[in-house]
Amino acid sequence: MSTLEIKDLHVSIDTEQGTKEILKGVSLTIRTGETHAIMGPNGSGKSTLASTIAGHPRYNVTSGTITLDGEDVLAMSVDERARAGLFLAMQYPVEVPGVSMTNFLRTAKTAIDGEAPKLRTWTKDVKAAMAQLRIDADFTQRNVNEGFSGGEKKRVEILQLELFKPKFAILDETDSGLDVDALKVVSEGVNRAHGEGNMGTLLITHYTRILRYIKPDFVHVFVDGQVVEEGGPELADRLEDEGYDRYATGAGAATIAAASAAAQA
Amino acid sequence: MTDITTEKARIGAPSAQPFINGFTEEGESLSPLNAAESKAPLAGEAVKRHSHGGGVGVPDSSRAGRLTSYKLADFKPLTGMEEDWRFTPLKRLRGLHTEVLTGAAPAVSVTAPDSVRVETVGRDDRRIGSAAIPEDRVSANAWENFAEATVITVPSEVEVEGEVSVLLTGQGTEASAQHVVIVAERFSKSVVVLDHQGTAVVSENIEILVEEGAQLTVISLQEWNDDAVHASSQQAKLGRDAKFKHIVVSLGGDLVRVTPSARFTAPGAEVELFGLYFADAGQHLEQRLFVDHAVANCKSNVLYKGALQGRNAHTVWVGDVLIRKEAEGTDTYEANRNLVLTDGARADSVPNLEIETGLIAGAGHASATGRFDDQHLFYLMARGIPEEVARRLVVRGFLNEIIQKINVPAIEERLTDAVERELAATNH
Ligand SMILES: Nc1ncnc2c1ncn2[C@@H]1O[C@H](COP(=O)(O)OP(=O)(O)OP(=O)(O)O)[C@@H](O)[C@H]1O
Ligand SMILES: [Mg+2]
Repeated sequence: MSTLEIKDLHVSIDTEQGTKEILKGVSLTIRTGETHAIMGPNGSGKSTLASTIAGHPRYNVTSGTITLDGEDVLAMSVDERARAGLFLAMQYPVEVPGVSMTNFLRTAKTAIDGEAPKLRTWTKDVKAAMAQLRIDADFTQRNVNEGFSGGEKKRVEILQLELFKPKFAILDETDSGLDVDALKVVSEGVNRAHGEGNMGTLLITHYTRILRYIKPDFVHVFVDGQVVEEGGPELADRLEDEGYDRYATGAGAATIAAASAAAQA
Repeated sequence: MTDITTEKARIGAPSAQPFINGFTEEGESLSPLNAAESKAPLAGEAVKRHSHGGGVGVPDSSRAGRLTSYKLADFKPLTGMEEDWRFTPLKRLRGLHTEVLTGAAPAVSVTAPDSVRVETVGRDDRRIGSAAIPEDRVSANAWENFAEATVITVPSEVEVEGEVSVLLTGQGTEASAQHVVIVAERFSKSVVVLDHQGTAVVSENIEILVEEGAQLTVISLQEWNDDAVHASSQQAKLGRDAKFKHIVVSLGGDLVRVTPSARFTAPGAEVELFGLYFADAGQHLEQRLFVDHAVANCKSNVLYKGALQGRNAHTVWVGDVLIRKEAEGTDTYEANRNLVLTDGARADSVPNLEIETGLIAGAGHASATGRFDDQHLFYLMARGIPEEVARRLVVRGFLNEIIQKINVPAIEERLTDAVERELAATNH
């Protein structure tokens, strides 16, 4: 049983116009076996939260903490975080020229496990996981994400999730750009990984449709860099009907946030 | 890679008049193209005349018009302003362009199966000058000063098992001249490796004759010590249906400047020119190649890849491809890709494609210089891969494309290790 704990996280970025605060005090606790959905409008800071957890150098944490089983995640380098068990499925996976998928997957697995996987079982595992995600076998010969379609990139992110077996998976809009079939295939992948019982999931999404396939235990509504409302799966249904409009930004949001923070405490 | 800049090629002589539109390359329209009209010396008389007679050509903005001569005196002293020397730090040539080259040339040791003839010959041997004529002052200086030449002959119809290995070991820092002739006789098949090691200051002329129907691979490895200075003109002349593969690998040396060329003399021949270079802090690695499509129905394919790291690492790639009026049915493609790993390094990349006939099968070029990108690094590290490993993964993958073309397992392995060592040497 593991716990990923985010406390009063403030994050800013440096822009040409100066420093811009994007996350304005986010608190969230995820435990093994739980699925948390973070939902919010465009630009509310969802990807910022995900990237900050993964350690992207662009984002500066000005205050607050992130811990994994009590260990200070913010003190870890990007690769250390991954090896500690955090996995970020990116909203826009990066194309890496010159590096084949085969080579990449094996190198990453070796780094995460601290030892090279047994070649025979590894090859078999990769093949099987690819087949389940309906990824063509010849993708292993291609360079990482190079020329993959948006949907293919997302499947390959989930492929990694299944192969690397993290303690916590952060899925940043894994559903965007997927057609219904692909959405199903990808959701099944997440559910398989989750079903093994050793993982907590933070599912970031703009839309509710993925929640038909992946059932969240908790839903957090994110507006303007803050959690403005929290609840169970029923909150997602309400968002489906009403959208984000009723969450006014500004003072109103702050009030709601304060209320929900109080409720959580 | 992100930050890719595709440099616009200079096409043809600056005074080009008519256009041939519609050649595109990576979406870029390559016009204006050179005039098809070709008065001498554009039509190549200069080069033809000189490769037979050894006279002096008239310099011209077209590649065909470049001065060629066996006589040093025909070349003016270098100023660094010359088109073909503008990237080279002359000061670091250590006299190759100014001194009489009397130093001891790198020692030559050839390992070859019995079927291959290896000779050491004097300056008057009839095979000297059979494939090459100097195109610059440094090459002419070597031509005038070399004491003896090594001639390697693969006899007609002989298929050599394994490779012919030519080890050239530097003898010190006195400016010297070297001459090697490789003759692949009709329908022979062979691989020759020129393995440059140690410390030398040397100007080298390699003549390569690929006769009718012969298949020859020449691999030139520059794994010099850090203080070596090396200028190498490697000229190949190809007969009918000949197949020539040339691979340049430059890793070591203070200044290495390789100028390979391939001239077609009869139809049906094919060349592949590949190159790999890895420049560290302070190194200058230059490659200027020339493919002369002087006759119809020949093919050429060029790919050079380079990695750079460290302050003042400098690489230069200039690819001149000339499709003469007579060269109908030509099919050619040239590309150069560079990967800049750290700040303070500089890659110059200039493809020049001159086309004097519209009746060709294909002509294209590409040039891209990318940075090893923070986003690549983030992605790989977010999968648990430490920074140094990530960096290696990318560079290894990038350069492997060339290493794989070598097809000599022992050398592939050696180069893979050498690339690893280059990477391990960095302190970011
Ligand atoms: N690199 C950046 N440069 C400038 N502004 C940025 C940068 N990254 C994020 N922002 C700004 O921070 C805010 C939050 O962005 P973020 O990408 O985290 O939102 P999001 O909730 O993931 O949105 P979406 O639903 O569109 O993915 C936005 O206003 C965005 O413009
Ligand atoms: Mg986002």
